[in-house]
Formats: sequence, structure tokens, C-alpha cells
Amino acid sequence: MTGFLFQAFVYLCAAVIAVPIAKRLGLGSVLGYLIAGIVIGPVIGLVGSETQDIQHFAEFGVVMMLFLVGLELEPKALWAMRHKLLGLGGLQVGLTAGIIAAIAYALGVNVQSSIAVGLVFSLSSTAIVLQTLNEKGLMKSDGGQSSFSVLLFQDIAVIPMLALIPLLAVQELVDHLHHDEHGGGHGAELSLVDGLAGWQVAGVTMLAVAVVIVGGHYLSRPLFRFIAGAKLREVFTAAALLLVIGIALLMSLVGLSPALGTFLAGVVLANSEFRHELESDIDPFKGLLLGLFFITVGAGINFGYLQDNLATVFGLTFGLMLLKALVLLGLAFIFKLKGTDRWLFTLSLAQAGEFGFVLLSFTVQNGVISGELSQLLLLVVALSMLLTPLLFILYDKVIVPKLTGDRSREEDEITEQGTVIIAGTGRFGQIINRLLLGNGFQTVVLDLSAEMVDRLGKFGVRSFYGDASRPDLLHAAGLHDAKMIVVAIDDPDRAAEIVQHARHERPDIHIVARARDRTEVYRLYRAGANDIIRETFDSSVRAGRSALEGLGIHPYEAEKIVTAFTAMDLKGIRKLADAYDPDTPAHENAEYIRLAHEVAAEMDEAMMGSRGAHKGSVDRAWMPPGKRPDSIDE
Amino acid sequence: MKKILVLLAHPAPRHSVTNGQLSTVAQSIDGVTFVDLYKDYPRFKINIEAEQARLEEHDIILFQFPLMWYSTPSLLKEWQDLVLEYGYAYGEGGTALKGKFLLPVVSAGGPENAYDADGYNNFDLRTFLTPLEQTADLCHMTYISPYAIYASLRAIKDGRLDLHTSQYKALLCALRDDKFDYKQAAKLDILTCENLPLKQGAK
Repeated sequence: MTGFLFQAFVYLCAAVIAVPIAKRLGLGSVLGYLIAGIVIGPVIGLVGSETQDIQHFAEFGVVMMLFLVGLELEPKALWAMRHKLLGLGGLQVGLTAGIIAAIAYALGVNVQSSIAVGLVFSLSSTAIVLQTLNEKGLMKSDGGQSSFSVLLFQDIAVIPMLALIPLLAVQELVDHLHHDEHGGGHGAELSLVDGLAGWQVAGVTMLAVAVVIVGGHYLSRPLFRFIAGAKLREVFTAAALLLVIGIALLMSLVGLSPALGTFLAGVVLANSEFRHELESDIDPFKGLLLGLFFITVGAGINFGYLQDNLATVFGLTFGLMLLKALVLLGLAFIFKLKGTDRWLFTLSLAQAGEFGFVLLSFTVQNGVISGELSQLLLLVVALSMLLTPLLFILYDKVIVPKLTGDRSREEDEITEQGTVIIAGTGRFGQIINRLLLGNGFQTVVLDLSAEMVDRLGKFGVRSFYGDASRPDLLHAAGLHDAKMIVVAIDDPDRAAEIVQHARHERPDIHIVARARDRTEVYRLYRAGANDIIRETFDSSVRAGRSALEGLGIHPYEAEKIVTAFTAMDLKGIRKLADAYDPDTPAHENAEYIRLAHEVAAEMDEAMMGSRGAHKGSVDRAWMPPGKRPDSIDE
Repeated sequence: MKKILVLLAHPAPRHSVTNGQLSTVAQSIDGVTFVDLYKDYPRFKINIEAEQARLEEHDIILFQFPLMWYSTPSLLKEWQDLVLEYGYAYGEGGTALKGKFLLPVVSAGGPENAYDADGYNNFDLRTFLTPLEQTADLCHMTYISPYAIYASLRAIKDGRLDLHTSQYKALLCALRDDKFDYKQAAKLDILTCENLPLKQGAK
């Protein structure tokens, strides 16, 4: 127990210290994690061989990340990018693998191993690149989208690669391997397809994929609705985790990539109203596991071997990255990426990736690459990943200023579309949503009631289930680039929280908030809302106007009276808002009481004015032109 | 028998004396439809279809209003802007009002001598109302010289309001019964309670 706590303490401690520093220095979180790993591993030696086990565990972060990537990607969008996916991705993997294999062969490596090396190095790091692109908000740019297509293709390509590698076995190495083997190993893994004929394997595999797609489409909704009905946040989180782990398990059992399976599930659920809730539930786990993964990569670097082969490792790493970058640059030309996008694409994908580690250990297990060669290659992969943040820094600090400096600002790409977040879609939020949608604004509607979300869905209103007072959910809904947030929820505490958080995160955002009464108006005003609408004020004023009309007052006179009343009331409430103190009850707040009296007196005067002389604020106008007319009251 | 529509526009009906009396009279006559625009549209949300349908049911349209800044009160202007649409009242296919009559019934605060090249208003009342005259022309309507009362706020004190009101009633009846002398009226710039051109047999 103490051992486990100590390890957890060391890893978390390293992350907590290194990542904020790295971010502050503009290096990005990935480099921070890698450095943390190097420090606790090879440098201080606090952690040792167990990093290998932890790494296998942490690889699950990649699986979660692909689930989240899938969630962001609606099937329609995936279909739309099929050309980029196959063309750009296919060419990148094919060309890079081919060239590297040729070079390896030229350097004296045998054919089979050369091919394996080519495959290993053709992959890039989905974890680092997607994380960084998201962090920098570059995902929606052309360069980001192209990089994403390539990464996605690579992640899918890993599956046939894993199938291909055993065929490349070098007899000599296999013999060596069998000599060393002491039982156990790969065969001990649980599998549903072991010992089945080829067509049966295919059948089971297809069935598994079908289960994910059909289940995700038809079963997830009622299931999530049922779970959401319990109104327990942690149960929903548990369900989200269960979903991801379940799919990963199913895929592993039939011998498919868990990452691919969860990605598929994510795509299927991308249209679901629970999307944002799932996203915000999984996201922290993904972040932690990926962080852990990078730490283990850093901790796993063999410094002794590195020291002995410093020149070789660095030479190979730089050569590899240069080669990959050249291939990418060529593709960027062919696929007509321009300006900063071309360089983003070229630089972001020039490293080897975490699947490289997976493939390398697999090649060694299958006797395709010798242990010594894999040691070297492992270092090259790790080092290239370590250098990736530097490439992003190069992009940020050199390429972007240079390319955008020459051109006018107009050509800057808007990477994210501005949207309106509507928190709460009861009777209040619905109206706002309809008005905004009807006028071409994009809205993201969040509601805490799954039944409401479901009911609205039947009427074609798209909304998402989730607690809008959770900062992470607001973030998932796009707070960082929304134009406006409308807070239309019942709970006054939550409403004030949302307003406060939104204002804190985005000093420039426009906030429209619904208030129940005056006190709430004051709170929301303090929290930083721009427009505060009392939910019953307008309707009570209208009812009052109807009453006046019913009592025989001319409708236009009644209209003028309530207009004056509303103006006076707003003026008064603004005055009182400054005097209001949340810690002192209104009836004990002397200044508040004094102002309240003052406001009431002003109001009376204005109202009396409309009934008495024509000097009141209700009807000052409508005197005939020319000289001051005779009194009309006679 | 002609059908008459009176559209009253007065934004301060509580203070209205002259128009109040005229309105009472207009509402008492058979064959006259009386509409208080500020009552129907206190929030200026004019129902265009309903207004157009109402126009089509009548032959003679009266705008009854106090002169404000030498023009109609804002709601009556809004009414013109919205109801007299292109393709309806004017322009291609805009012949819905063809052959109808338009008569402004105006109360002016200033005295008659102010509405003169030498008076402080510098122009006569007919000139101030030329936008309505041209509107009628563009809408294929016949414009009838405005029926007006000057110094309307003093009219009741000066004992002029009763005659103006009774002549308004006579005017409305004559229009309804075809006893109004349009030719004679066209020769007058402004119609008043003293020069109404009524035909023989008018009530």
C-alpha cells in the first residue's frame, strides 16, 4: 500500500510541478510531462522498472482520447474528409514507410527488419499532436484538419500493421527468441478469436463492430436517460467510463484495436444529446492517463545506452524528422495547403509516435527486430517525441509571425465558429433558442433534465444533457470561443456561478441572465451579467397594463404609463444594485433602505404626473407647434 | 350612398378636446366606420392585412388628426408607411385604392394668420399637407381639400368648436349621401366650417 501511495505521490508531484512550469515557459503540457518523467526516472531514479507496467496502463489514455476525438466528429464530417483521410494519410504512411525502409536496407539492415522499421517510423504521435493542436485551438484550421486526417489514418493503419509484422519474422531472431522464452507471453491474453477459422474470425469481428454501432445508436440513449434520471453525477461518470472500457475490452477480445473501437463509438455518439456530458466526464481521465503515459516515456529513456550512442541516436532522430518533414511538405504542396497551414502540417507530424513503442515491442516479440536495434529505435522515437514541442514553438514563434506579418489581417483564418451557449432550456431558454436559431445563429443548448432534452428532441430542438454550472461542461460547450452565453436556469446559486465563471474565463463575452427577483438581479449584476431579465417582470407589467385598459384607460395612455413605470423601475434597480450587499440583509442595510425610499418617491411622482398635470414623465410631449398654447385643462 | 372610414390619430386622447368632440360626432353617424388608431395599435404593431381589407370596404378615407410638427402624428405616418404598400396602393399592380377619396381633417394649434407667408409658420396649411396630397395622387385617389380648424385649443373658449363640430357632421353626411360639391371644393385651398360646399338637399 505504501509503495503504491509513494509511486502515485511521485508521479503526481512531478506532473504538478513540471507541467505548470513548462506551460508558463510556453513549452506545452506534453513536454512538461516528458521532462517530469525524465527527472523522476533516469535523473533522480525515484521510479524504476515499474514504468513499463504503468505505461501499458497509461496507453489507455490514447484510447480515451480517440473516443473524445470521435465524439467531436460527426459521421457526416468523417465522410466529408474521406479524401484527405485516404489520400493524405495513405500517401504519408506509404511514402514515409517506403523511404525509411529503403534507407534502413541501405544501411545494412535485413529486408524484413527494414520494412518493420519503416512502418514504426511512418507513424506520428496522435497523443502529442492532438493534445497540442487542441491546446492551441488549431484543430479547425486547414493544417489542423489535415494533420488530424493523417493521424486518424495512422491510428487505423496500426491494425493491419500488427497483422503484417508476424509475417516479417526473421528465422534467426525467432530461434533466439524461442531459446529465451520461458512460457507465458502473448498467448496468455484472453481472446475470443483464438483457434477460429479465418471466416469465423471475420464474422466475429464484424459482429463486434456492429454491436458498437447499433448499440451506440439505439441502446445508448435510453440507457443514458435512465442513468441521468438518477441525478447522480458520479454514476453518469461511471457509466461513461464503463462505456469506454467495455468497448475497449470487446475490441481487444476480437483482436481489434481498442482505440479504433472507441473512436467508432465516439463517432456514433457524436449526434447524441449526451455528447457534452460524456466529453466532460471522460476528459479528466484522458488528461491524467495521457500525462502518465508521457511521464513513463520520459522515465523509460535509457540514459546509459543514450550516452554510449549519443551521436547515432541524435543523428538518426534528426535524419528521421527531416525526412518525415520533407515528405509532409511535399504532400502539403500536392494537397494545396497554404501559408501557415502548410507549415503546421509539416512540423506537427514530423515525429514518431506512441504507437511506435507498441509496434516496437511487438516486433521484438515476433522476432522481426533484434533487441539491440529496438533499443536504439526506441530512443529515436522517444527523442523525436521529446523534440516535437520544440517544433510547435518554432511554428508559433518563427513561422506564424513571418507568414502573417507580410499579409493583411483579413486572411487570418477563423478557426472556430462563434456560438451562443444557452444554459437551461425550460420555457424561458426555449424561446431564446428559437429566436436565435431562427435568425441563423448557432446555439449549444444545455439542460440538466434528460426528459426535457428528450422531449425537445422530438420537436427537432437539439440540446444536450448536462449541468451547465460545471466549468468543464461549459468549456466542452465552447465557452472559450462563444460569442454569448444565455443563463436561463432555475437555480439561482447555479446561475450566479455560471455567470461568474463565464465572466472570469471570458471578460469579453456577452452574458444574458434570467433572474427571479430583485435580489437575484443584484447577485447576477455583481457576478458580471450584461443583461439581466426578471422572469416575471415583463408579464406583470403587461398584466398591469391590461388592468388599466380594463378600467377604461385609453390603451395608448396605459402603454405610456407602463413605459414610464418600467423606465423608473430599471433606474431604481440600478441605483439599488450598487447599495446591495450580499452579506447584509436588505432590511438592515441603511444605505439600501434610504435609496429604496428615494426611488419609491420618484416613482410616485412620475405616476402621479400622468394622472395630474401634463408635466409628469408620462406625457411631456404632444403639445401643438407654435406659441405656447392656452391651458388645455380648462 | 358612400361608405366612409374615419381614421383618428391622437397620441394624447386624454387632453384632446377638439378631436374628442369630432370623434363623438363621427361615431354617431350611420355609414361611417370610426377607428382610433392609437387605441388599436398602442404599441405601433399595425395589422397591415386588416387595415388594407378595411380600406377596400370603404369609398372615402378620412385622416382625422391634430397637426404635429406640421405633419401627421407618428402612428398615422407609420400607418401610411406600412399599409400603403407597393403593389397594393401604388406601383405595379397597386390599384386597390383607385377611385377612392382622401380627406384630411386637421386641427391646428396655431391661429389662421400664422399659416401664411407673413405668419410665423411661413407657409399655409395646404402647403404643409402636400405630402398627403401627393400620396393620394400616387395611390390613384382623389384628394379633397382639408377640413381644418385653427387655434383649436382656444376654439372651445371662443365658441367656435360647436359650429366646427356640427359642420363636420354635415360634411360626413353630405359625403355619405353624395351631396358634397367636389368641384366647388376643389377650388378652395382649405375647407372650414364657414365655406363647406354642400349641394342642395344636404342635411
